[in-house]
Amino acid sequence: MAKNYVYAIARVRSLELNLFTKTVLEQLIAEKDYESAIGFLHDHGWGNPEESNESADKLLTVEEEKTWADIREMVPDMSAFEVLLIPDLYHNLKAAIKTVVSGDAGANVFIKDTNPSGEKMVELIKAGDFSQLPKDMQECASEAFESFSHTMDGQICDIIIDKAALSAILAAGEDAEDGLLKEYAERYVAIADIRIALRASLTHKSTDFMKRAMVPTKTVSIERLMQTALQGVEEILRYLGETEYAGIADVYDKGQAAFECWCDNLIMETIKPQKYNSFTIGALVAYVLARLNEIKTVRIILSGKLNQLPESDIRERLREMYV
Amino acid sequence: MTMGTVYALFGAAIAVILSGMGSAFGVGVAGQAASGVVTEDPSKFAKVLILQLLPGTQGIYGLLVAFIALSKVGLLSGQPAELSVATGLMVLASCLPIAVVGLVSGRHQGKTAVSAIGIVAKKPDQFGKAMLFPAMVETYAILALLVSILAVNNIPV
Repeated sequence: MAKNYVYAIARVRSLELNLFTKTVLEQLIAEKDYESAIGFLHDHGWGNPEESNESADKLLTVEEEKTWADIREMVPDMSAFEVLLIPDLYHNLKAAIKTVVSGDAGANVFIKDTNPSGEKMVELIKAGDFSQLPKDMQECASEAFESFSHTMDGQICDIIIDKAALSAILAAGEDAEDGLLKEYAERYVAIADIRIALRASLTHKSTDFMKRAMVPTKTVSIERLMQTALQGVEEILRYLGETEYAGIADVYDKGQAAFECWCDNLIMETIKPQKYNSFTIGALVAYVLARLNEIKTVRIILSGKLNQLPESDIRERLREMYV
Repeated sequence: MTMGTVYALFGAAIAVILSGMGSAFGVGVAGQAASGVVTEDPSKFAKVLILQLLPGTQGIYGLLVAFIALSKVGLLSGQPAELSVATGLMVLASCLPIAVVGLVSGRHQGKTAVSAIGIVAKKPDQFGKAMLFPAMVETYAILALLVSILAVNNIPV
């Protein structure tokens, strides 16, 4: 029997009224400095208004936690959101391996509310008991741990885990019943492959390096990406012109910020039709992605304010909003 | 009691049962959406309640047709008529439009009401327009009701 999300989606429709529109973001940009921008966010119910001198990081973390808390309250079975939670889970795995090998338990290195938690992963890795980790993670955890403990090369450790995370996202997307989750997973992984190819081309990495990092998808061919990456960025962009990611060619010359913005906007375009969906999990996934995108955009604005960037520079980095 | 009376009684029963099922689903699903909106914004209670109630009419129509059918065959007065099988089947056939259309339209009206509640959640000032969408589904329940009433009333008993 299909799961029933009618109650949750109706609640989310009301919550969507609180999402920032472009106009509200313009008002935030127009605030005279970082402190007044934080005050503006407090006035809009963000963070913990009672806490004076709340840092941007803390404020945004509170907002992210609020989003997930709302969703957990509405949807008892969170398995459908696995696709969105995988990056946090694998981030914690990286942090856990580095913590165990370096013996340095840095403060706040773990993302909260993952299953297993970062602290639990540290315990399991210390005990060499990888079998207690989620199935998809066991092999990469063992390989990354061995590699990092022998070479102390953080980049190789990251590549192994990032590739496993991308594979897990793709697999979770394929298993998902909802079309949005499938599409999101496909685009997320394809964009990650494109990023890897572009960086590898700029830093003259080998095909072998790219092969270790990329995950095959349906919408881009990693063989073509690897082949063109060896010939240069122009060739990659020419190849992408034949795919649904052709828009990258138009923005890539404008710089890294414009490219990252385009990637995030593509995800927003993917989820926008969910505004008119009243029955399936896609509407809830879209809300979570919209909130995360909103939080990311506010982070960019606050960072710009903190570093006293001109308003025009901040505006260039603004993402498309869901509402 | 004749076999004809049994068929007539069966017709009245399915008019109530199927249209009631349609309404129960419609009101139920719209109620879930209404609860979701009221959880976040209790001020919208009255508006979403009206939308929730729209799919409830099919059950009332089924009840109305069943009353007319039962009255027609004398079951309400306690003096059941001696109906032939053909007459009993005619009463049964007369009850079918509201039974079947009530079931289907109740479910669909419920789903349309859910989407309309979504409109009210985001744009409460558009309540009038939002109400029109589920109300359109009502047209077909009313047509079925008319046919059922006309048919039951015109069966010679």
